[in-house]
Amino acid sequence: MNNESRVWQWAGHFIMIVVAIACILPFVLLLVSSITDEKTIIQNGYSFFPSKFSGTAYVYLWNQSEQILRAYGITILVTLIGTTVSLAITSLLAYPLSRRDIPHHNKLAFFVFFTLLFNGGLVPTYLIYTQYLDIKNTLWALIIPGLLMNGFNVLLMRTFFKTSIPVPVLESAYIDGAGEFRTFRSIVLPLSLPIMATIGLFQTIGYWNDWFNGLVYLNDPKLFSIQNILNRILTDIQFLTNGSMSTNASQGLAALPSATVRMAIAVIGVLPILIAYPFFQKYFVKGITIGAVKG
Amino acid sequence: MMEQTKKRGIAKRYARYAPLFLMMLPGLLYLVLNNYLPMFGLIIAFKDVNFAKGILGSDWIGFSNFEYLFKTRDAFIITRNTLLYNGGFIVINLVVAVGIAILLNEVKNKFMARFYQSVVLLPYLISMVIVSYLVYAVLSIETGFMNNTVLPMLGLGDVSWYSESKYWPYILNLVHVWKSAGFLCVVYLAAIIGIDQEYYEAATLDGATKWQQIKAITLPLISPVITMMTLLAIGRIFYSDFGLFYQVPMDAGALSDTTNVIDTYVYRGLMQLGDIGMSSAAGLYQSIVGFVLVLLSNFVVRKINKDNALF
Repeated sequence: MNNESRVWQWAGHFIMIVVAIACILPFVLLLVSSITDEKTIIQNGYSFFPSKFSGTAYVYLWNQSEQILRAYGITILVTLIGTTVSLAITSLLAYPLSRRDIPHHNKLAFFVFFTLLFNGGLVPTYLIYTQYLDIKNTLWALIIPGLLMNGFNVLLMRTFFKTSIPVPVLESAYIDGAGEFRTFRSIVLPLSLPIMATIGLFQTIGYWNDWFNGLVYLNDPKLFSIQNILNRILTDIQFLTNGSMSTNASQGLAALPSATVRMAIAVIGVLPILIAYPFFQKYFVKGITIGAVKG
Repeated sequence: MMEQTKKRGIAKRYARYAPLFLMMLPGLLYLVLNNYLPMFGLIIAFKDVNFAKGILGSDWIGFSNFEYLFKTRDAFIITRNTLLYNGGFIVINLVVAVGIAILLNEVKNKFMARFYQSVVLLPYLISMVIVSYLVYAVLSIETGFMNNTVLPMLGLGDVSWYSESKYWPYILNLVHVWKSAGFLCVVYLAAIIGIDQEYYEAATLDGATKWQQIKAITLPLISPVITMMTLLAIGRIFYSDFGLFYQVPMDAGALSDTTNVIDTYVYRGLMQLGDIGMSSAAGLYQSIVGFVLVLLSNFVVRKINKDNALF
């Protein structure tokens, strides 16, 4: 290795380490703050090296765990149902679109594609979902609006079907008397696991992280997902004590170590995704590359 | 007779494809519900919405919602903020993402390269709500890291971050690049990895330095990808990341001068002020200008390289 490339190696590592630290540091501050003593924070603020540690915030949350567990339950339920239904209707729409032989296939593709170019925006969407479909304050509000299926994923999947499933295979299935649904289930789906996994992963992350639907369509704290709880507590820490789960609100408020609890609940909110990340990061990176190259 | 067989032929053809149409039905219905109905719902911008009469039954009032909207200072502020922020995001993200992608490609240790890439992508993975907690830990007025540790170290006094709007252009640009540069970086890195190694071998034989190779090989060869990603972003310049502008400043009214964008304006009009007329007028304005910009940017992309165009 010559001198020049050695310099590049060092410079590369040095700058990347600085960048990596900048990416991680806020999470460290969050974590350390959540295990700092409440009084220390009130005196010295959130810091990386607090003078006194304490687990009070987590004990407090443990005692109030009913609402948090409930919210996690809702997040998991919504993510599972949303992702499954999403994969089903996306692939069922994308497969026929990938077939060049069906009548009007160009018009149908344009019908999907146009939704990527133009949209009605929040106000009409909100009015239609609340005035005509009545999903306000129901679990449907977290599943249906916006997230369930988007045209981009449909086109991504259609491209995959077009390029990866040989037409002769489909033709021979037809000649052998397999119906379209049978062909789809036993030939198309098994050949499409990579794209299903990629889109499924992005849908899962989308549902897991979603707070917008809850913000717009939910008032009832009983239906809040974990993101909605976090969203609410950020501006209104008292929500923890006068939310649905606390029976003795006034006593709770007096004992609330708000500066640390705020951080502890954010840690609880972000932890699952941080733990799962190493296991799916390879597919995540692949998905980003596929999506960016061509829809 | 001929006519009849032809008709039967068409009927047969549709019968053959009926199962496929049946498969598409749920997805198409969802698009009608979630995308097409709201498009037609945009007409409410020209109406005086009255819930008792319903959307279709409400009275037409022509352009008066727009007259009100464009008479206010808000219309100018939200347009300016939307364009300036998104313009800034495009430039900063481009420079940072390309820079990191080139460096990552230079790192020869495969394990470390993968580690760096995962870490850079981490902020992209988490929700804006979590991001606003992270920002709060740094900027909180009483307990934040800035006011308690950084500013005292520099001998400066406290700053009320959540009520002084002049700092927010810097804060939001920083948060945005922190959160989303990793995504673009992955895209550019994939493009760089796709470059044929022979170019570099030939350049090395000719005695080109690394820096010369980056300038003469890497950058020109990934410039199509850069152009496409940038044009696509320009096409979406009228749409903002609602979470960034709503969550991160914690919906603080005092900051609205520098944090209000079209998306937050529409949301506040609808959900907090109950001013549907104004809100829907701003929404229609965004939809129309946004649509024109998407078409324009795609037109330019198509001129440059047909394969990369959306249509």
